Amino acid sequence: MTFLPFDAVYAVLIIPLVAAAVLALLPDYRATARLNVLACLLTLLSALSLFFTARPVPGPYFLVDDLNVVFIVLNTFVAFTTSVFSASYISHELETGRLTPTNVRFYHAMYQIMMLGMNLAFVSNNIGLMWVAVEVATLTTVLMVGIYRTHEALEAAWKYFILGSVGIAFALFGTILVYMAAQPIIGEGQNAMVWTMLIEHAKQFDPALINLAFVFLLLGYGTKVGLVPLHAWLPDAHAEGPTPISAVLSGLLLNVALYAVLRYKLLLAATPGAFAPGALMMTLGLSSLVFAAFMLYRRRDIKRLFAYSSIEHMGIIVFAFGLGGPLANFAGLLHMVMHSLTKSAIFFSVGHVAQIKGTQKLAEIKGLTASHPVLGWALVFGVVAIIGAPPFGVFMSEFLIVSSTFAREPLLAIPLVFGLLVAFGALALRVTGVAFGEPTGNLGPAKASYIPMFAHLGLVLAAGIYLPPALVAWFQHVAALLG
Amino acid sequence: MDGFVFDIAHLLAGGLVLVSFMMLYQDRLQALINVYALHAVVLALSVAWQAFIQDAPHLYVTAAIALVFKAIVIPVALHRIILRLGIHREVETAVGIGLTMLAGIGLVALSMAVMLQFTAGANPLAREDLAFALSVLLLGLLMMVTRRNAVSQVIGFMSLENGLVLAATGAKGMPLVVEISVTFSIIIAFIVIGIFLFRIRERFDTVDVRALDDFRGDRR
Repeated sequence: MTFLPFDAVYAVLIIPLVAAAVLALLPDYRATARLNVLACLLTLLSALSLFFTARPVPGPYFLVDDLNVVFIVLNTFVAFTTSVFSASYISHELETGRLTPTNVRFYHAMYQIMMLGMNLAFVSNNIGLMWVAVEVATLTTVLMVGIYRTHEALEAAWKYFILGSVGIAFALFGTILVYMAAQPIIGEGQNAMVWTMLIEHAKQFDPALINLAFVFLLLGYGTKVGLVPLHAWLPDAHAEGPTPISAVLSGLLLNVALYAVLRYKLLLAATPGAFAPGALMMTLGLSSLVFAAFMLYRRRDIKRLFAYSSIEHMGIIVFAFGLGGPLANFAGLLHMVMHSLTKSAIFFSVGHVAQIKGTQKLAEIKGLTASHPVLGWALVFGVVAIIGAPPFGVFMSEFLIVSSTFAREPLLAIPLVFGLLVAFGALALRVTGVAFGEPTGNLGPAKASYIPMFAHLGLVLAAGIYLPPALVAWFQHVAALLG
Repeated sequence: MDGFVFDIAHLLAGGLVLVSFMMLYQDRLQALINVYALHAVVLALSVAWQAFIQDAPHLYVTAAIALVFKAIVIPVALHRIILRLGIHREVETAVGIGLTMLAGIGLVALSMAVMLQFTAGANPLAREDLAFALSVLLLGLLMMVTRRNAVSQVIGFMSLENGLVLAATGAKGMPLVVEISVTFSIIIAFIVIGIFLFRIRERFDTVDVRALDDFRGDRR
């Protein structure tokens, strides 16, 4: 904090806020796209500075600790690369007339407000504030999903809005219950909603109330994570919105909701006599994994395909955290990071592909590696990474999850491995059809921004080959915190 | 706990559950909107009573918002919208009324059983308030599930939010920030929905969500 005139925590929040206001006012879309990238870069830099500066003392509103700093950096990094991708994506949409300049102005402002909501959810030290932040991030994505105003986009946005609101209502009810549990111990008012205070006094809380609260919170935030059976909004929202939004939905918003669940899991662990949430989380995780794995076979739409793959991976992650213990938590955290990077890279390439071919239907896209080698191979490598094939980071995290499942709950390893294999087969099958064979459709050159996807895939590959010891130590430390 | 104070709070919270039931069997949109206004009035009274017994003046603000915004502004706006859309005479339910009522009774029984058992340690007023609030919440959810029309789904959602406000005010001394956010979220929700309804109206001649179901990306 020494070399900055103000606290980096505020910078992470203020930059998106100011940028949103400016972007809403500027009419020129080229300038705004660049400004959007710039704002995301500045936010990323201030997030990175959180690593190097002294941590501020946790106040009633904001908190930076070892757990959330990882997520803030990941969030701002993917937001930045997505904004680069978004700039080229949006200019194509303007050329083809799918979006008007007014739409784009609105889109950029919403993009920054969404960043504000997500960053706020991560840094908030107050359960009420966190709830508000998640709600803000959700509402902005609802608006962006509906931005094309087509029949399907409106249906998707409506469904997302209704299901998301129900989820958020449950989450608020759970938040109120946590307050009810804390209020007799900590006293009335603000303090009974502050994380650090809650954890500190958790020993005296009424376990029955905390249990009930956790069930509501898991259902509420779990809707946002896309856990089966609360996932119905997710494929539609991914498929019908602009592709940069699909990338941030999969890569970031799901993580935000999962982070909220993890926080409450910590609280539950700190309350003696509360039930162990492991079984519940493992059940939800496994059912999401197996369900999504089978659904992958029936997909006709390329963005829907990868949306179901996100449900599958969220299932794996929730399963890992449900299993608990240092190793599974480590693997869960690593998998969250790897999934964010890989899935957004896939969406970047899918976005360009869908723009060039003018369709999202799997049956109408063929022979990509021949017609558009760079995009086609990037997609192939992305899919190879996401199905958990060896040289990539996803393989490592999945391997750790599977091996710790074998060690701790051998019976559960059967459905886990089964689900992974089914998903492996489905994605391999679909991507072969898309990437190889006789090229179809538009064979014209691609105007794409390749840097974001190569950056992501490069990181995932690097993580699969060599994880720096400092990073491993950091993840282990955080995993130990999660208990 | 003063018996009279307790009884009034109980009466008002119970009244809210009762009005939620009334909403379940309204099959005409205009009547439904009117019952929703009544719902908001009962909520406002209940919140005002909580403000009085908890000696928490900021809760009067919440009560006033409920009264002005939810009981007057929104119903008036909704009446205008359905008139403009020409759906004010529409009759719609996806599930029969008898079945819906039975499901509603089941949900209320469930929430009583769950809340009263789990909150044995909390103070009795807050405890019963929470049980009623959960009932209102679940009844709102039931309504969203059993209705096909977008407007009545929205009303179901708003009654669900009313249940949340009841819960938030029942929790003694809960910071104002949350109450504001709850009401604020309704405002946002309303704007969002307004945009949606008009967009839908712009392109199609119905706001029946079932009509939107024709399109499922995968089955094209």
